[in-house]
Amino acid sequence: MTHKITKDSVVNATIDILTKAETQLPSDVIDALKQAQIRETSQIAKEQLSAILKNIEIAKEHSIPMCQDTGILVFFVELGRDAHLDFKLEDAIVEGVRRATETIPLRPNAVDPLTRKNTGNNTGIGLPDIKYELVDGDKITITVAPKGAGSENMSAITMLNPTEVDSIRNFILTTVLNAGGMPCPPIIVGVGIGGSFDKAARLAKSALLLDIENNPEKMDERDELERDILNDINSLGIGPMGLGGDTTALAVHIKTAHCHTASLPVAVNIQCWANRHASVTLGGDK
Amino acid sequence: MEYHLTTPLNKNDIIQLNAGDIVYLTGTVLTARDEAHARILEIEEKGEPLPFNLEGAVIYHCGPLMQQIDNKWHTVAAGPTTSGRMSKMTPPLLEKFNVRALIGKGGMQNVSESLKDKCVYLTYTGGCAALAAISIKNVSNVHWLDLGMPEAVWELDVVEFGPLVVGIDSNGCDLLSDVRENAKQAFSRI
Repeated sequence: MTHKITKDSVVNATIDILTKAETQLPSDVIDALKQAQIRETSQIAKEQLSAILKNIEIAKEHSIPMCQDTGILVFFVELGRDAHLDFKLEDAIVEGVRRATETIPLRPNAVDPLTRKNTGNNTGIGLPDIKYELVDGDKITITVAPKGAGSENMSAITMLNPTEVDSIRNFILTTVLNAGGMPCPPIIVGVGIGGSFDKAARLAKSALLLDIENNPEKMDERDELERDILNDINSLGIGPMGLGGDTTALAVHIKTAHCHTASLPVAVNIQCWANRHASVTLGGDK
Repeated sequence: MEYHLTTPLNKNDIIQLNAGDIVYLTGTVLTARDEAHARILEIEEKGEPLPFNLEGAVIYHCGPLMQQIDNKWHTVAAGPTTSGRMSKMTPPLLEKFNVRALIGKGGMQNVSESLKDKCVYLTYTGGCAALAAISIKNVSNVHWLDLGMPEAVWELDVVEFGPLVVGIDSNGCDLLSDVRENAKQAFSRI
C-alpha cells in the first residue's frame, strides 16, 4: 500500500520543516562550531563563537527563530516520477509558508523589488522560491533552506574565460575577502562551477545543503581543492563576525556541471553560520 | 576591559571605551535600518520634530521579528543587521544628533571621522537573535510601522544587553577595518 499524499499533509509538512529549520541548526553545523570554539586562539573570536552556541541553545529550548532574519524561503523538491497528486503542490507549499509566518512566527521579508512594498506573509511573485527535480519512485522529499540577506548579498558570480581555470580559487577568495565580516562568519561557502550563468548559481546554492565534511581521510581531487581553499580562506584571519580569528569559514563545498567549451561560469553563494535547512519525505510505502 | 553602561549615554561614558573592549548596555535602544535612517534625515531636513529622542541615544541596526499579543508587542528575535548599509547615512545623522552609540554587525565604512569624540560603534554577534531577545525586557514604543516590521523604529528596554565588542572607538580606532587590512595583506601573500 502506498501512502496517499494529500494537500493537507504537504501544508502541515511545510510548517513542520520550516519550524525545525528556523529553530534548530543541523548537528553537523553545531559540531563544526563547537570544534572551532575549542580551536580558536583569539579570545574575541572564542567569545563570539560562545555567544553563537548559547544562542543556538536558547532558540531550540524556547522554539524561537535563531536569527531575526528568517530569510526568504528556498524549497528543493525531489518529486518522484510515480507520485500522483490531485492538488497543486506549489499551492500547498505557499499555504504552508503563509501559515508558518503566523505560527512560528517568521519575519515578513518579501517585498516588491521596485516599490519595496512588503506582502506581509513571505509570499509573492516567485516567492517562496521552489526548485523541482524529478527522481525515481513515488515519494516526494521537500527541503527548505531559509536564506538570510546578510550572506546572500555578499554572493557573486563571474563568467571566466575557459583558459582561466586557475583563476577560480582567486575569485572565491576575493569574494570572501570583499564580504569580510558582513555575512556573519564563520561562513559556509557554496561554489558552482560550470553549467550556465544560472545553473552555476543553482549549483552553488544547493552545495550549501551538503554536510560539513570532517573526514580528512577522504582525498579525491575535489575534496583536496575544497580543503585547500578552506585553508586559504581561514589564513585571511577575518574571523567570526570580522573581528579577527582563525575561523572565517567552516566549509567549502564545490559542485560542478559540464559547460559550453567557450564558457567557465563560477558562482559563489555565501552562507552565514546559521546554515538552516530541514527535510521531510511524504508518500511511498509506510 | 569590560564596561556596564546605562542609557542615555553621555560623552564621558563613551570616550573611555577602546576598540576591542566589551560592553553590556542597560536602558533603551532604538532600532533603525535603511528606511528609518532615510526618514530621520528627510524629517530633519524639513525642520520637523522626530517622534523619538536621539539625545544620548543608542541606535541599534536591527530589523526585529515582533509579535503582537493582546495589543502588546513582544520581541521574538532581534539580532543585528549588516551595518555597512547605513554607512553613508550615518555621518549626516551624527552631525545633527548626539547619538552616543551605534550597535550592529559587520563594521561600517568611512564613519570613524564622524564618530570622533562623540560616538562609538559596537558590534553584537550576528545572528544571535534569540540571545538578544532574552535581554530585551519590554517593547515601550514603535514608530513608523508603515515602513514594515523590519524597517520600523522600535524602542526596546534592555537589561545587560551584550556582549557588545567596541568595533570603532571615539579615537578613530577601527578593529574591523584593521582586520580587513590584515586580510588584504594575507591575501596578497597567497
